[in-house]
Amino acid sequence: MDFALTEEQRAVRDVARRIARERIAPRARDLDRSHTYPSEALRELAELGLLGVNVPEAYGGSGAGAVAYAAAIMEIAEACCATSVVTAVTNMVAEQIVAWGTEAQRKAWVPRLTSGAAVAGAFALSEPQCGSDAAALSTTAVRRGDRWVIDGAKQWITSGDHAGVVLVWARTGGPGPKGVSCFVVEGGAKGMAAGKPEHKMGLNGSSTVPLVFDGCEVPADRLLGEEGGGFRIAMSALDGGRIGIGAQAVGVLRACLAASRRYARDRKAFGKPIAEQEAIRWKLADMATELAAAELLVFRAASLKDLGQPFSREASMAKLFASEAANRATSQAVQIHGGYGYLDEFPVERYFRDARVQTLYEGTSEIQRTVIARQILR
Amino acid sequence: MDLALTAEQSQLAETCRAFADRELKPHARRWDREHHFPAEAVHKLRELGLLGVAIPERWGGAGMDTVAYALAMEEVSRGCASTGVIMSVNNSLYCAPVNRFGTDAQKEKWLAPFARGERLGCFALTEPEAGSDAAAQKTTAVRQGDSYVLNGSKNFITNGPNAAAVLVFAMTDMSKGHKGISAFLVPEGIPGLVRGKPDDKLGITASQSCSLFFEDCRIPAENRLGAEGDGFKIAMSTLDGGRIGIAAQALGIARAAFEEAVAYAKERKSFGAPIADHQAIQFMLADMATEIDAARLLIWKAATLEDQGARHSAESAMAKLYASEMANRVTNKAVQIHGGYGYLKDFDAERHLRDARITEIYEGTSEIQRLVISASVLKD
Repeated sequence: MDFALTEEQRAVRDVARRIARERIAPRARDLDRSHTYPSEALRELAELGLLGVNVPEAYGGSGAGAVAYAAAIMEIAEACCATSVVTAVTNMVAEQIVAWGTEAQRKAWVPRLTSGAAVAGAFALSEPQCGSDAAALSTTAVRRGDRWVIDGAKQWITSGDHAGVVLVWARTGGPGPKGVSCFVVEGGAKGMAAGKPEHKMGLNGSSTVPLVFDGCEVPADRLLGEEGGGFRIAMSALDGGRIGIGAQAVGVLRACLAASRRYARDRKAFGKPIAEQEAIRWKLADMATELAAAELLVFRAASLKDLGQPFSREASMAKLFASEAANRATSQAVQIHGGYGYLDEFPVERYFRDARVQTLYEGTSEIQRTVIARQILR
Repeated sequence: MDLALTAEQSQLAETCRAFADRELKPHARRWDREHHFPAEAVHKLRELGLLGVAIPERWGGAGMDTVAYALAMEEVSRGCASTGVIMSVNNSLYCAPVNRFGTDAQKEKWLAPFARGERLGCFALTEPEAGSDAAAQKTTAVRQGDSYVLNGSKNFITNGPNAAAVLVFAMTDMSKGHKGISAFLVPEGIPGLVRGKPDDKLGITASQSCSLFFEDCRIPAENRLGAEGDGFKIAMSTLDGGRIGIAAQALGIARAAFEEAVAYAKERKSFGAPIADHQAIQFMLADMATEIDAARLLIWKAATLEDQGARHSAESAMAKLYASEMANRVTNKAVQIHGGYGYLKDFDAERHLRDARITEIYEGTSEIQRLVISASVLKD
């Protein structure tokens, strides 16, 4: 048993750490305040191979595996959660096309994502009336000659208004999961329109938009995988995606611990640094312990993925635990900072807002518990 | 990153699991009710080499690593938490420090028979007025020629009533505070060492603990472990390892409670369906399973660091803190899932809850673990 990263994994982590600290962290507050999409950071991340960490080099990726990917996302999220989510979604979209696409599809689409030419990837599964219950989606794709015509509405699409490559799930058959297929749609395709960005509680630097499909025609070769195979693609993408969000939550936990430790040492009350009060120390201890556990759960799921073993239960556990722990930690970090924690002069109120979505997206905590329980009771 | 067990480690876990299913689980409820010290189980631990798991074969142990020890502790404690603590005290709190700090001559006499499991050892640090604040010791050891004379009292000494030797800590120089503490090996049955009657406890009732009274108890100077003044260091480093054992005990208790809750939830019906079909129950099970896995990873990490010879005070404190508090949540939920039956002694759920409760207290309370962890956080 060995918990250390391999040399290659460490190298990826170090590259991510450097750009996160030097380029991403200094911009995080401004992106949040001004609701600015991190296009510049995405370009820089692409240059470093961080938009395709677990994508083979043949398609422009780094081919470094899921553990390296998780380690990279942790670093980026520690600096800026919004940047980490658009990075994670782009990686996920590229991975799906590699996993399910034909060689022609891989060659056509993946390098655009990993090189940054596509700016970002987007994942269009959720709809206004169907989130967790994805098999109930109602967007349709109808075959007409050598084209598919997509109609319907998607909701909560991260990078939907910037992405050059969008995976879209639509119903091509009867009701239920077996009637769903997945398509690769190019950004700016005729008939696909992004609505105005949502006003969110956090993750302000990432853009979240509705996408409306109105007679959007795509060539037949945009079908990813088999007709009716879309639900399976979505579920396997989400398993991997959960590692990404778990890693993102770990990044937030690390940021919280670092900020809280710094503040607790500097701030004095009753004649001594508040770090000397047990009430504060206990919070730091709990935060550090949950961080350690979350990190291990995420890396375990990622390492199973790298070994080609089933990891769905483990990814759900990692995502559930890490996101819930991040929410406890951000709340405690605000508490440690007192009134200052409520001001945007300190980063912890941003962490608090950014972490809140982690128990919601890529499967709510309730969905993770359902996945885990199903496996226990099987 | 490689989280796979070695063939040897998996085989040991498998052996211990089968042993627990066959020899511990069927009796644990009765042992608990009768406060029966499971001498027969201890005898089998000895046959399986589980009383000196990580002690070198040269000194009678099984020569395995700390990860293996943690696996064995988890499986044995899953069968019977009392048997788990008997095993843990002998392994972590007695054999480990004698192995680490003893001379070869001391190991011959004070380690080999204990690591082989022919005898049990115990660890006497806590006093009526000094628990978490171990440096506030009042027991004294005064050098007289080539002897030491011990006076004072120790309490909560697990295996105290059953042990053939006591690793005891006493002040050899009061003026030096914790640097004035030394460690000694004391055989049972010598004049001046009196054992109190076994404590009546909330849980782990098949293991025994008692007070030990030292009244002008004279021992040869050669029984001192380490140098004079090394006692506190020996105690603290022992507890770092001990915490891995107790964390694994807590994990084993939690697993027992979880497995029984799953079985019950599949069987028991309400509102026309097994209660396992209800989301309220499913979500409890999902949280239990997630926390169990988190605890196991923290334990394996601390154990791996120990095996690599790296410092692991913060990591073992995290493992112990998290696993013990997790075990309390999990056993409590298992009682809840069993409903009223969970409150009856006809099921094991209530025993698991009582057994889990001690894991937050002994080998350093949760508060002491948080102190250790926060010190490490603030040092970085």
